Formats: sequence, C-alpha cells, structure tokens
Amino acid sequence: MQATPMTSPPAAMTATSTSSDAAKARNSLWWDAFRRFKKNKVGVISFFVIIAYIVVGVLAAVGILYPNAQVPNQTEAYTAFSWAHPFGSDIFGRDILGRAVHGITTAISIGLLASTLSLVIGLVLGAVAGYFGGKTDGFVVWLYTTVDSIPYILLIPSLTFVLGRGLINVFIAVGLTSWVTTARLVRGEFFKHKNRDYVMAAHAIGAGDRRKIFGHILPNVAHLAFVQFGLGFVSAIKIEVILSYLGLGVDPSQPSWGLMIDDAKNELARPYWGNLTAATLFMFGLILSFNLFNDALREALDPKMKNK
Amino acid sequence: MIPILLGVTLLTFMLFNIFGGDPAQRFAGKHATVEQVQTIRTELGLDRSLPEQYLFFVKQIATSDYGRSWATKQLISTMIGDGLGATLSLTAPAFFASIFFCIGLALFAVWGRGTFLDKGTVVTCLALLSVSSLVYILALQYLLAFRTGMFPISGWDPSWIGRWEYLYLPWIILFVLSLGPNILIYRTVIMDEAFQDYVRTARAKGMNERSVYAKHILKNAMIPIITVVVIEMPFLITGSVLIENFFGIPGLGGTLIKALNDSDFPTIKAFTVISALTYMVFNLLADVLYSIVDPRVKLG
Repeated sequence: MQATPMTSPPAAMTATSTSSDAAKARNSLWWDAFRRFKKNKVGVISFFVIIAYIVVGVLAAVGILYPNAQVPNQTEAYTAFSWAHPFGSDIFGRDILGRAVHGITTAISIGLLASTLSLVIGLVLGAVAGYFGGKTDGFVVWLYTTVDSIPYILLIPSLTFVLGRGLINVFIAVGLTSWVTTARLVRGEFFKHKNRDYVMAAHAIGAGDRRKIFGHILPNVAHLAFVQFGLGFVSAIKIEVILSYLGLGVDPSQPSWGLMIDDAKNELARPYWGNLTAATLFMFGLILSFNLFNDALREALDPKMKNK
Repeated sequence: MIPILLGVTLLTFMLFNIFGGDPAQRFAGKHATVEQVQTIRTELGLDRSLPEQYLFFVKQIATSDYGRSWATKQLISTMIGDGLGATLSLTAPAFFASIFFCIGLALFAVWGRGTFLDKGTVVTCLALLSVSSLVYILALQYLLAFRTGMFPISGWDPSWIGRWEYLYLPWIILFVLSLGPNILIYRTVIMDEAFQDYVRTARAKGMNERSVYAKHILKNAMIPIITVVVIEMPFLITGSVLIENFFGIPGLGGTLIKALNDSDFPTIKAFTVISALTYMVFNLLADVLYSIVDPRVKLG
C-alpha cells in the first residue's frame, strides 16, 4: 500500500494550491489534469479524431452524408474500387464507404449508451456499497461476483438471445453486464474516502447521506468514472462487432461494422476486399484514438503521475 | 462460494425461464401446434412449477448430472468431456507460449521506459487492440491458409495424433490476439515494481542492471503476475468461442454457440454453471497462491 495522502485528490489540491490562490484551489485538480492533458500531443490529436468521428456520425444519422447507403442497387453489385465507390460496392450494390460511414453512427450510439448504462449502474452500486458497508455491501459484492463469474462471451449472447436482436437490446445487454469493474473500483474508493476529514466535516455541518455521497465523495472519485467510461466505450464497440458476427447483434437491415465483417467472410476468397478493409479501417481509427485518448486521460488524471 | 453459485444458477434460470419466454414454444418453432408444444413441454419437464424446476436444476448441479441435450439428445456430461479435450488442445499451448513471450517483452519495455522502445511497445499494443478479433481470424486464415496454403483452411481430426495439423493456425491466431492485452498488463505490473525503494537500494549497492531485473524486479512482480495468470486461466476453457466456431473445432465454445442457435437450454445452463465454477475455483486458487508467494498476505 502506498502512502495514501500522496495519491488522494484532496492532497493533490493542497499541493497545487500553494502555487495558485485559494479561490482557484477548488478546481485545481481538474485544471491540473487539463494542463497535463494539453501537453500530451497524442492525446490531443486522438481527441480531435474522436470529435471528427462524432461529427461524421451525426451528419450520417441526420441524412446529410450518404443518405442512400442502405438502398440496394442490383446493377452495381460488387463493383471495383473507383472514385464513386472508394471501397467498391457490396453484394446488393450498396456503396461500402457509405455503409462504413453509417456504421459510425451505430458504433458510437452503442458505445455511448452501453457505457453510460454500465457507468450509472457501477457508480451507484459501488457508491452505495462502499458508503453504507455492512449488509448493503455484502449484497452488492455478491451481485457483482455473480455477474462476473459468468464469462461475458456466455452472458452477453445469452442476454441478447433472450432480449432478441436489435441495436437497443445490444446496448442493454452490454450495459447490464459490464458495470462490474466500475462498481468494484468505486466501492474501494468510497471505503477509503468515507472516513476522511472532509467527509467528517460535511457530516459535522449536517450534510445527509445523499449530500455526502453525491456532493462530496463522488467528485473525488469522478476521475475513475471518466477512465472507465472510455474503456467501456471501446469494449462495447468491439462486442457489438462480435455479436453481429454471431448473428446476435444489430438487425441485418442496419449498417454495422460487425455485419460488414460478417459479409466479408464469404467474399475474401472471390476476392472482394471492400467490406473487410472499410470496416477494419474505420474501426481501427475510432478504437485506436479512443485507446490513446484513454491512456492520456488516465495519465493526466492520475496524481501519482504528476512528477514523472 | 456457495452463495455465488446459487446466484449464478438463479440468474441463469431466470434469464431463460422467466425473461426468455416459453422454452417449449421456442424449441418447437413458430409453426408448431398447441398439442405439439404441450407434448414437448411434458417431455422436457416444463409443465412443473418454476420453483420445482429450479430445485431440479440445483439438484442437477449438485450431482453434476445435467441430463441430456434437447437438440442432440446426447448426455451433456459426455458433450462436455469431448469438448474439453478439443478446447484445451487449442488454448493451452497458445496460452502458455503467450505468457512467457509477453513477460519477456514487457521486461524489455520496462527496461527501456521513457525511450522509444517502451513507447513503441505501448502504441503497438494499443494498435493491436484496435482491430476486431474477427479481422485477425479472417485475415490470417486468408493469408496463411487460403492464399499460401501453409496450413489447412479448417477441419478437425478427432484422434490425438491427427488433430495437431489443424491447430497450428488457430494457435497462431490465439497467440496474436493475446499479445496486446498481455504485454500491456505485464508491463503495468512490472513497471509498478520498477519504482519501488528496494530497486533503488539494489542499484545503490552497485548491483548490475541484469541482476536487478532478474533477482529483484521480476521476482517481486511474480506475485501479481501469478494472480493475473491464474485469474485468466478460465480462458483455457471459455476463451476460444469465436475461433472454435470459425474453424469448426468441436470444443466447448463451438458447442456453446451451437447450443445457443438451437435454443438448447440444458446445455447452455450446464455450460454457464460449469464456467462460473471454473472461474470461482481459479479465483480461489489465486488467493491461495497469493498467500503462499507473499507471506504478508494471510487468508482471513
């Protein structure tokens, strides 16, 4: 165990408040993190790549980019790479680039919704367990050990199988099963924080449980939530691809990178590379940016990394 | 362990029997008549009340007699026994080869921390992680089997002598798939040790770098490394679902996907419980090993 005062956010605040005035001290952990993040070029670049993906995804969703990506055009099935179709077209004559662009919308919405759902479940359960302890804690620990002991490759297909195919069901299934790490981490942090002086002080001036949990401890644990959200986002997108391949993912009528890779399975030998190349490249760009962004974020938010 | 096992059974049971709709209806298909569904229901014991069915399920687990599969009418215990051999011959070699290779590479990355060597390793690992495992399977099968003919595209030989030639390519794929996550996790674990006070002391004593790494850092890092390895062990049994499905290897993963597609509930339930048990046993093992390797840890 490291000396806890060195690693805790309150200690980090007091450490920086010597250089800035007292009014700014309240935000200095976040400012500090922001300044450290800004220095990390890789992190900043990947952040802008993610923003670009989101913009393209939204433009596709509202029908500005490639509005006809899902419309079959039998006369143009399996055309080669060209200016009109940079990745060629698929078996139904649909432009593969357009499908991949629409895949962004699917991927981002699944990543966003699934990781939000799992973050909320994980935060609330972890906070409640760590704060109240005792029987509540016992129950939450039992719950997450149970969920965790069923391998996700079994649990998620079973859930989507039960819920049925479709975008919404995929994100519910992923969200309901991926909150365990968050809950475990948040619970541990709440255990550490609940008896700290600042929580005692809040208690002394009459703050109730809810105020102490959400107003005082949660902001000090929020850095974990950011990192977990990013990790959840990435894994949700990757799981969607595998689920779609297994026939348990999004509806075949929807554009999805998983479905494109599934199509590619039968096209490689012929050989049509469009679906595989486009889906892999688009996914690679988004996931790699997210991974690099997460790494930079974790370094920026980790008080231990300050002097390295 | 017992409460968690009960939790797992309850979760699996609820998932399929309460939220999943009528299993008999699902199993009979969309065009079955009412009588047909009723017959199936009686045949499968679904006409009993839910608590009765649940108790029956718990009894099956306690006696480790899971009955017969609905789809193939085989004994589930036989299916699991057959599948286990195939799965282990696929996963075990790749799993252990990857552990040694990745620990070695992670040591190099820590040794070169702050330099291009370390940063390059991390970025490469993140890049490896950014490609879907499906793409690795498809691309490697296309390149190494279809295009160059170095390996058979897919297939299986049930005999223990003949099966290996079908396993080279899946081994390579599993190995490649494990590189990204393994190197990153071992690097983190070893890096944590590399900044400890005893390392500085060892260097201050004038010990050469190689001994510092071999005798101090690696030895101390073995504690978390063993934990990571043991906790990942259930992967040996469940970790190859996609590859088995893709290459037609009749292991546990392939059987499971087939069971999911066939609505074969008893098989799915048995698999869930068994993999949960494996997970729990290995977690327990990790705790025990932990207390053996690290005398500071006492099991309470």
